[in-house]
Amino acid sequence: MLLTRKAEFSASHVCANPALSLEENRVLYGVNANPGGHGHNFVLEVTIEGDPDPVTGMVFDLRELKEIINHEVVDPMDHRSLNCEVAPFTAATGNVVPTTENLAIEIWKRLQPRIQSPHARLHNIRLFETADLYVDYRGEAF
Amino acid sequence: MRLTRRYHFAASHRLNTDALSPQENARLYGKCNNPYGHGHDYLLDITVEGTPDASGQIVNREALDWIVQAQVLERVDHRNLNVDVPALAGCVATTENLAFAVESMLHERWTLPARLARVRISETARNTFELETK
Repeated sequence: MLLTRKAEFSASHVCANPALSLEENRVLYGVNANPGGHGHNFVLEVTIEGDPDPVTGMVFDLRELKEIINHEVVDPMDHRSLNCEVAPFTAATGNVVPTTENLAIEIWKRLQPRIQSPHARLHNIRLFETADLYVDYRGEAF
Repeated sequence: MRLTRRYHFAASHRLNTDALSPQENARLYGKCNNPYGHGHDYLLDITVEGTPDASGQIVNREALDWIVQAQVLERVDHRNLNVDVPALAGCVATTENLAFAVESMLHERWTLPARLARVRISETARNTFELETK
């Protein structure tokens, strides 16, 4: 059985590799490379797969899931600059380019260790950058 | 990892097959068999699957948009699917057949490193057709 919890956060980002010129970054990222940055109302859908606990009848405690998502994602990212304030996207933490793909991978890394129970595990991260673009990540190794 | 991008187009069509009589077509397709046709604001969701490259993207958005624009949207947007779309010639202009046509139009010039994984078309907010592609 799949269970999905939704959350929203608004954040700004610039998609650009500091080792490349503005022109090179514009080829890779289009307007997302504009140096002043821009923002999105990101929508996050966290899907857990599991069987209902025989005692509680729940796959995962939704109140606990809400707290985990708030603590790991919404609190550190909402109304923030991903490039300036959120690891691993800052200069001090690796300068990973905050594409929607990389942000979904980072959210998976933050949530996956916290969603552990005998009955359930993290199944999918769906991250909407806009209503017209989203990525799905299931923890594949690259 | 998968990335899904949504596009919009408006088109008209009429559901009718020469294999059936006018009465049978009317019974089978109902209002969709109206001889003058009708139209929809379609939603087209294109899903690609792959591994992020050094840029942190599984697909370059502008490259994907360009292929979808050139191969699909320019051929179907503000068109009559029954007469303007060669990929649907000989087919009933159902959204099922349109999904297969979109798949083949995209594969004609698919030069992206990510694989085309899914074509999903919503004819209205109530009817959605989804094709996992090979």
